[in-house]
Amino acid sequence: MLGPAAVAALALSVGVAVTLGPADVSLVNVRDILLNHVRLTDIPVRASEDAIVWEERLPRALVAAACGAGLGLCGAILQSLLRNPLADPFVLGVSSGASTGAVLIGVLGLGGGALGMSGGAFVGALAAFGVVLLLARFSGGGTSSVVLAGVASSQFFAAVTSLVVFGFADADETRGVMFWLLGSLEGMRWDDVALLAAVVSAGGVICLASARSLDAFAFGEDVAASLGIHVARTRVLLLVLTALLTATLVSVAGAIGFVGLVLPHAARLLFGHRHARVIPATAVLGAVFMVWVDAASRVVFAPTPLPVGVGTALVGVPVFAMLLVRRRGHA
Amino acid sequence: MTLQADRVSWRRGGTLVVDGVSVQPVPGSTVALLGPNGSGKSSLLRLLQGAARPDSGTVTLDGADLSGMRRREIARAVATVTQHAETDADIIVREVVRLGRTPHRSLLGGDTAQDERAIDRALEHVGLTEKARHRWHTLSGGERQRAHIARALAQEPRELLLDEPTNHLDIRHQLELLALVAELPVTAIIALHDLNLAAMFCDVVLVLQQGRVVAGGRPEEVLTPSLIADVYGVRAHVARDHVSGRISVAFQPGTPSGATSRGVVSSLPGVRLPG
Repeated sequence: MLGPAAVAALALSVGVAVTLGPADVSLVNVRDILLNHVRLTDIPVRASEDAIVWEERLPRALVAAACGAGLGLCGAILQSLLRNPLADPFVLGVSSGASTGAVLIGVLGLGGGALGMSGGAFVGALAAFGVVLLLARFSGGGTSSVVLAGVASSQFFAAVTSLVVFGFADADETRGVMFWLLGSLEGMRWDDVALLAAVVSAGGVICLASARSLDAFAFGEDVAASLGIHVARTRVLLLVLTALLTATLVSVAGAIGFVGLVLPHAARLLFGHRHARVIPATAVLGAVFMVWVDAASRVVFAPTPLPVGVGTALVGVPVFAMLLVRRRGHA
Repeated sequence: MTLQADRVSWRRGGTLVVDGVSVQPVPGSTVALLGPNGSGKSSLLRLLQGAARPDSGTVTLDGADLSGMRRREIARAVATVTQHAETDADIIVREVVRLGRTPHRSLLGGDTAQDERAIDRALEHVGLTEKARHRWHTLSGGERQRAHIARALAQEPRELLLDEPTNHLDIRHQLELLALVAELPVTAIIALHDLNLAAMFCDVVLVLQQGRVVAGGRPEEVLTPSLIADVYGVRAHVARDHVSGRISVAFQPGTPSGATSRGVVSSLPGVRLPG
């Protein structure tokens, strides 16, 4: 029952988001343009509208949805696995690792252009995640040590990024770096959509298949092991998955905070604690949330676009505060 | 045939924490593992549940070596309740108990009627049926431990391993919990600190010191003042209740004087006594 409703909400969100913007396009026109492209019908539409919708807004909205879903999934997995409500890719320093990687490539020209800034962000995100997990492991491996290690490495990578920017970047390059720090969905194309859709849906399927195991982690690894879960294998599989997923998302859209941290909590507050529900709910909520935030950040200060990371926090924090207070009334 | 340990040893960070211990409980009996902190009780329990592999010796379940079995397979026969397992999750009691069904489920299959029945039975066994929909964080310490036992029972195990399950409980809840465990239709192996609880509820006690079994048998045979002085380094008076035959231990201030019986009952190959 909830499944179709969720898909409908997401489709409607994308549809409405695509109509918004300086050039007004009606929902009916959006439908016609989609039909033309998907079913190869030939409903007459204006070429300029077709270009705006099909080449600009739709891929952008779909990338936003994929980012929201993917970041939500990463947050849900990390919070359950590490048993820490503060765990998310941003807090664990993965995003700042990505920006460092992008800066090293983009500003210093490391790798001789073989990687590109996206490639640098990808490698940087993976490296930062590795550093955090190793640091946490060698410091005793408790659940709070992961977050401490994340905060520490996050600061470190942010410092390296700033150092490179202040020392070596010109004004244009600095603006380019801001993209990685705050996230941006400017200029998304269909190949970005294809990449993210493939990665996020593969990740989603693996997460869903691990839902039971994640439930069993509620009381810690010892209890999970006594329930027949292969703790080490599950941990490695899901941590690697999260790292790859985050690295891919960040390399395409930059570091978007808040979604991974808060959306899983919102999903749990609304749909309870079982991961068979939390995982799809987080993905859909994240997707819908990001689509709207991105649409708003395009429109509100148009023609100046707002970095999408600014919007996620501005819109998300009040919503989350409301959910928290409401839960208190129920407890 | 049940869960048995045969001369298992385990070296952990350079120290031999379990040293040639054998355990062969009679099916359905309740066995206490006694001994001071660091004597190897928890480590032995980890070996028995297959969470760690012994460096030498074998743990077997129905004759099969535990190290060759799948985790799920083990979890369908052996359930564990640790001390003080807590969660941040905002979860209701029934969902906690439902976790016990984890080893019985297929990868993507939903809950079956059999799962629901097992959960109902487990809740009833520990007297938490009425609190099934209560949130975990609203339960008292004793109720939480009972919920963990229900979770373990929902696994439908034949063996129940408990690591100091009465820690942090008041005396009434300690008594209730152990009475409950002793009556369960499973073989229970319980690491305990309280000698009186062991004497009251356990058929057999196994006393560990520095990873080795130094005594084993019925509580009234094993728990003598000299053994208590030897293993725990305290003075104790042991009284026998002539009606029940059970003993009770009263501790006295000061350190034990004179020679001890160190080594007298050590190196038992295994303990097999009727329940």
